Amino acid sequence: MNIPILSIITFLPAAGSLLFIFINRKQKNLIRYTALFIGIINFILSLFLFFQFSGQTGDPQFVEKAEWMGYGIQYHIGIDGISLLLVLLTTFLMPIVILSSWNSIQEKVKEYHIFMLLLVTGILGVFVSLNLFLFYVFWEAMLIPMYFLIGIWGGKRKIYATLKFVIFTMFGSLLMLVAIFALYSIFYKTAGSYSFNLFDYYQLVLNPNIQIWLFLAFGLAFAIKVPMFPFHTWLPDAHVEAPTAGSVILAGVLLKMGTYGFLRFALPLFPDAAKKFIPYLAALSLIGIIYGALMALIQKDVKSLVAYSSVSHMGLIMLAVFALNLESLEGAVYQMLNHGLSTGALFLCVGILYERAHTRLIKDYGGVSRQMPVFAAFFLICMLSSVGLPGLNGFVGEVLCLFGIFQSSKLLAILGVSTIILGAAYLLWMYQRVMQGPLENKKIMTFKDLNKREIGFLVPIIILMFFMGIFPRPFLRKMDASVHKLLNQIHRSETYFVDKETAIIIPESASGIESDSQIKEKGIESENNE
Amino acid sequence: MSDIFWLIPLIPALSTLILAVFGDRLPKKYISFQACGAVFVSFLISLYSFIGLLNISPEQYPVVKNLFTWIHSGNFQANLSFQFDPLTAVMTLVVTAVGFLIHVYSIGYMAEDRSYSRFFTLMNLFTFSMLILVMASNIVLMFVGWEGVGFCSYMLIGFWFEKHSAANAGKKAFIVNRIGDAGFLIGIMFIIVSIGSTEFANINHAVAGGSLSPGLVTLIALLLFVGATGKSAQIPLYVWLPDAMEGPTPVSALIHAATMVTAGVYMVARLNVFYTMSEAAGFIVALIGAITAVYAATMALTQNDIKRVLAYSTISQIGYMFIGCGVGAFAAGIFHLYTHAFFKSLLFLAAGSVMHALSGELDMRKMGGLKKYMPYTYPTFLIGAIAIAGVPFLSGFFSKDAILTAAFANGQYVIWALGLSGAVLTAFYMFRLIFLTFHGKERIQPEAKKHLHESPSVMTVPLSILAFFSVVAGYAGLPVVLGKNVNWFQNFLSPLMHPGHEAHLNLTTEWLLIGVSIVVALGGIWIAYLFYLRNPQIPHRIAARFPFLYKLLVHKYYVDEAYDTVFVKPAIKGSEFVYQKFDLNVIDGAVNKTAAGSGWLGKTLSYLQTGLIKDYALVFLLGTIILLGLLIF
Repeated sequence: MNIPILSIITFLPAAGSLLFIFINRKQKNLIRYTALFIGIINFILSLFLFFQFSGQTGDPQFVEKAEWMGYGIQYHIGIDGISLLLVLLTTFLMPIVILSSWNSIQEKVKEYHIFMLLLVTGILGVFVSLNLFLFYVFWEAMLIPMYFLIGIWGGKRKIYATLKFVIFTMFGSLLMLVAIFALYSIFYKTAGSYSFNLFDYYQLVLNPNIQIWLFLAFGLAFAIKVPMFPFHTWLPDAHVEAPTAGSVILAGVLLKMGTYGFLRFALPLFPDAAKKFIPYLAALSLIGIIYGALMALIQKDVKSLVAYSSVSHMGLIMLAVFALNLESLEGAVYQMLNHGLSTGALFLCVGILYERAHTRLIKDYGGVSRQMPVFAAFFLICMLSSVGLPGLNGFVGEVLCLFGIFQSSKLLAILGVSTIILGAAYLLWMYQRVMQGPLENKKIMTFKDLNKREIGFLVPIIILMFFMGIFPRPFLRKMDASVHKLLNQIHRSETYFVDKETAIIIPESASGIESDSQIKEKGIESENNE
Repeated sequence: MSDIFWLIPLIPALSTLILAVFGDRLPKKYISFQACGAVFVSFLISLYSFIGLLNISPEQYPVVKNLFTWIHSGNFQANLSFQFDPLTAVMTLVVTAVGFLIHVYSIGYMAEDRSYSRFFTLMNLFTFSMLILVMASNIVLMFVGWEGVGFCSYMLIGFWFEKHSAANAGKKAFIVNRIGDAGFLIGIMFIIVSIGSTEFANINHAVAGGSLSPGLVTLIALLLFVGATGKSAQIPLYVWLPDAMEGPTPVSALIHAATMVTAGVYMVARLNVFYTMSEAAGFIVALIGAITAVYAATMALTQNDIKRVLAYSTISQIGYMFIGCGVGAFAAGIFHLYTHAFFKSLLFLAAGSVMHALSGELDMRKMGGLKKYMPYTYPTFLIGAIAIAGVPFLSGFFSKDAILTAAFANGQYVIWALGLSGAVLTAFYMFRLIFLTFHGKERIQPEAKKHLHESPSVMTVPLSILAFFSVVAGYAGLPVVLGKNVNWFQNFLSPLMHPGHEAHLNLTTEWLLIGVSIVVALGGIWIAYLFYLRNPQIPHRIAARFPFLYKLLVHKYYVDEAYDTVFVKPAIKGSEFVYQKFDLNVIDGAVNKTAAGSGWLGKTLSYLQTGLIKDYALVFLLGTIILLGLLIF
């Protein structure tokens, strides 16, 4: 098949935004419909990916490779089971967020949709890139539209929030850039050719001492993105100030770039260093679970409550990632999708309330259920999905994560289980204060229940929540082989360094690069032996 | 036998789906017809499957119907599969039969409610979840039902969510249950890791075969029991159940008396092999049950809210069921679960009928003398009270006696004594309730009196049916003193029970124990008669004499307050403190200070860039001099 389907999906949103040149900015609805149309087409195309994708192999599929700038800088994309699902999540959420901002965005509608479409291309690019240079380009490029989305259409402290978000993220990414170039030069000195190719790097078995620095640089960039405790403080600010659609994308997909980064780069490229740091990282993840939940408990602003709940949920995902076994990784990827759906949906629900009341403070609400029964039901289901009620998607991910963690460390899993208590506590309490109780605020009595558009964008999410809760197999099967392969990659060097350490002398300091070539040969050998 | 039993849970599920989507647009008559009909069809299939079960030999238990693989990842596999065996048969029959009657009763009770369709949607959803719980062939699917019923309970307790108390009670129930669920989930993970399967058949086989170390068996048994104390409202997680009475009365009858709260007992019986293999775990189950049985009964003594008396009574009665399971008499525990389902739902529905008659009045101090106004409710209520009090020839007598005899036979005399003292208290508080409500002086508010009426037949007919079963249900499990094979119930369940230490008493001792039970029950009733009919001053005098004790009971031992002070407030205050001082100040402060610092640095350094040639020349000159100096020296 010669149709570059993956490129089409990745660049269709950005290319589509060019269409807006020909649309008069006053034709707001035409702009919205065009964006929506592009989003739906893109989702349908990515469904095609899903059905064509073979779960039998962990190798990347739909690969496209072309020279770009030389010196190893290639246009090289492809997806495995993990990125497939994240691409699907992104394209699924895209039409939804466009629908969700139909009424709330009235100013600079054209620019808004251009940025939104560019953002989606940036995110998709991150998930499909197999060349580290290309990956970094997308990783940074995606910041620009997000910067404007928060900075222009955000709330009162939008400039503060958006600068904080961008600079915090950039700080991490720049270190990663240095590390990418270090890898590049190590590879050149070892193999004698230029390459940014991820799979070339996978073959490189690095001296553990070098790994540590590179892992820290990559890890920091991803940890900020996730965000892991204690790098989380940009998140509540960004969420609170971002427009609803921005929050949905931020929580739904952007955060997953961090976890994805760990899975795709930081762990398989530097497995020995990773294993050294895993106890500390796991501890931070666990702190994140409990700390995020406790902070969520006492938030007065609904949006920052959901933001802190993200810190807690992402903590569980990271803990599962660091458990490094099949169940935990599949659980983590599944939970990434779940978190994207449920937290995205919670932000949509908060957005629906905000559009009516123009306040995000919990105390301004109360008794909304009576006025908006349909909304109450939808909000409830989204909340339950987040709480991990069986029958809905959240349970499958949560139980797999916890089980995987349990296999690696009983103690961590037992402490991590507190998430099911705390998660219920902060969400139910919020729901009670917002939706239940007597209807005292006169303003709420004027609220209208969901309109057709709002039902339209919530229903697909709700259906998917049930579907993924009852039939998780189609999704799990797509990633089975990929997760296996990833685990082999991460556990590869262990056999070498542990079993044959005495056989090879690794110079401690500066000449690590030379030893790399030896290690590399041996590394590949041992891989072949397996 | 045919395997259509998998339809038992699916029919209420289908009904739930229809009601959830179209409920608001359907006429009330149709809603109630569909909701009740779905449960009735499930009941018929249960009955059919039960008969099928009688025709196959015990070696073929359980009959399993696997629908599809639900979750599969590495070592973790859970199927959507149902099983049918004697224990499941008993549970499905109880759930669908009692459930059906309560659904019918609700047609009358909820007739005026504006959220009629929401009510029946949730009731159907509850029935579905409960059936999943009791029919699941693996422990993960059981957990699905387990959490599902917890969710329905949350929704139905908070059904009238405009009331703060109702919304609070719902939330409390869910969170307290989740604490138990956390323990349960950890137990499940231990099981999967050590046994490698989630199916009950494999778990039982592995544990019975001794492939787990004794310590691990005890640990798992206790973790699972943590879940049971949450769902079945035992010490220390019972606190949610009294508050759960905020829900509509049919809900209290169905969920918080007959079915959901007994899920913990079902679970322990289903995994009985753990509790027979580990004597320590069995003993703890029995002990917690016995202490809860007495403790909850004491709190029922001073309550004036008719439903709260029944709530504490439920906690206490479930304690008895756990005594049975803990001493290895699982069949007796399940037998009490089964009889209790009838008489306790009867008591709740009858109490609901009283409330209905008195325009929602719950306070027994504002009742009295209702006997003559309620010709159907009174006798049925009385039958329920006699049954629970343990008076001979009614169902509660047989089941409670089976448990106490088993405890005695196993040499657990302390537990037997606790159970017996609980029995006195039970007889006493139940008849206190009867006398205060139906006998004596009328203390009805004038406003309520105007509307005083007996409930419609859609409510009284279910009462009568339940009353009938409260009388006869016990005859399925007659005591051994009457003959070798008269305990049909025990024989029916015995193939599922792991053979443990079975102790037998001689006939004289058994007759003696039965005699003691009878004396205790009648004694309790007699004291209640003395206190509340003969000489109503006695309770006041006792309360005045022992003010401390009285206050302690009225305030339910201050446990709610203690939990609030020890867990809830510190969590909120502590988080508030950490948020203000640490999250905003330290972490975010560091972020902002870094930003501010680099801003300051940039600004300060920018002074160097004055743009004046003479400044640059000066710096250049100074630099040259320093360099020269370095070179020379």
